[in-house]
Amino acid sequence: MAEQISDVNPTRETGTQLVKRGLADMLKGGVIMDVVDPEQARIAEDAGAIAVMALERVPSDIRRDGGVARMSDPEMIEGIKAVTTIPVMAKARIGHFAEAQILQSLGVDYIDESEVLTPADEAHHIDKWAFTTPFVCGATNLGEALRRISEGACMIRSKGEAGTGNVVEAVRHLRSILGDIRKIGTADSAELFDWAKRLQAPLPLVQEIARTGTLPVPMFCAGGIATPADAALVLQLGAQAVFVGSGIFKSEDPSRMARAIVEATANYNDAAILAKVSRGLGEAMPGLEIGSLDTKLAERGW
Amino acid sequence: MSPVIGILALQGAVDLHARALARLGLDAVEVRTPAQLDTVDALILPGGESSAISKLLTLNGLFEPLQDRLADGMPALGTCAGMILLAAGVLDGRADQRSFSAIDIDVRRNAFGRQNDSFETDLEVVGIDGPAVHAVFIRAPIVERVGPGVEVLAIVDDGRAVACRQGAVLVTSFHPELAEDLRVHELFLSGVAA
Repeated sequence: MAEQISDVNPTRETGTQLVKRGLADMLKGGVIMDVVDPEQARIAEDAGAIAVMALERVPSDIRRDGGVARMSDPEMIEGIKAVTTIPVMAKARIGHFAEAQILQSLGVDYIDESEVLTPADEAHHIDKWAFTTPFVCGATNLGEALRRISEGACMIRSKGEAGTGNVVEAVRHLRSILGDIRKIGTADSAELFDWAKRLQAPLPLVQEIARTGTLPVPMFCAGGIATPADAALVLQLGAQAVFVGSGIFKSEDPSRMARAIVEATANYNDAAILAKVSRGLGEAMPGLEIGSLDTKLAERGW
Repeated sequence: MSPVIGILALQGAVDLHARALARLGLDAVEVRTPAQLDTVDALILPGGESSAISKLLTLNGLFEPLQDRLADGMPALGTCAGMILLAAGVLDGRADQRSFSAIDIDVRRNAFGRQNDSFETDLEVVGIDGPAVHAVFIRAPIVERVGPGVEVLAIVDDGRAVACRQGAVLVTSFHPELAEDLRVHELFLSGVAA
């Protein structure tokens, strides 16, 4: 009987690590899509995206246009929030805590402190503990991932090389992070001190990995995913969800590509389904060789 | 033979439910296809994005087989998105969002607001003795209508229901799989016949 039940603790604690990491847990197995306007947000949600990243230009356009890339116009973020029922994320520049404060006040669900935008601070990332809104940060190796977690990041994504449609860098970063986690799992207690020193990472986090065998927060993949097979590849390597940037709205048929990547992510171990969803998608986004790049976005961050 | 517990594994916090079951000494079967569904005696529908899971249920040909199993009385535990999928009515959902009507409640999606309003609290839950249950709400739904025959197991401060049970179907707005407390899983398993 409802009348006999009482709510023993009416206080609601918001912004805790459990609550912030918890949303990342709920996004596992899904696809987070970059969108630049409400129409794209609608297409993404229709295709089964579990969240959208609101930004003014997708990474391949940022790469092409050059110049300084900044946080998106709040009006544009509000416009996307208004048409979606799924979580909305937005990007702040590395170290730009004022942009992050603005994004928090807009009520975005996750803030990406992102190397895709032009860094605002050459030595410091944002103190993410100071925020109620959770943060995701990119990493190329385990040391970088643990430094971001020590600053309060609640989700890590591989950086990959955004805007290239080339998955090779994301694979390198995932293999590096997950490979080192496996090695730490077999290290003895004395070796953990050396691991912490080499990774330039806090010892307690290294010891936690040795104990649990996993990163303390969910580990997603971003940067260069352009096809359903790319998504399946990184999930089989151990990523828990994927961010797809230019790969959807720079492809020939964004709606079909979006749905195909969603299906591939849900069925990443089933080659028959992967074959089915990979058929007749039209042209994927144009790709770039990493060696031909003037700017490597993944090198941003410290 | 102990019952085989499945976890709907199309999207969401599948691994955390598997961890909770492992702590209780049970192996879980991940369910993505009708053939996998045939092998389980009970199913957990995890937290995640209900709109995406609903779409994938259709794409994977799992919606009708699962609806039939639920109609036949298969025990089910739905947390957050899982509660939305098991409900009779969904408010603030997408127009194309489908649910199973396995429990006679209407739920409102994202009823507490956006992520900044997500919270932890302690709840008294009917059927669970001892200290209060620590409950984590992430962009959580709430129960707006409770049909006859549905038992309310927990409420929040405004009196609305956040945990309900009807027959072998148990649903929570919150995420027992995120907390260390295994008692909601135990409560569900106590209703699963061997």
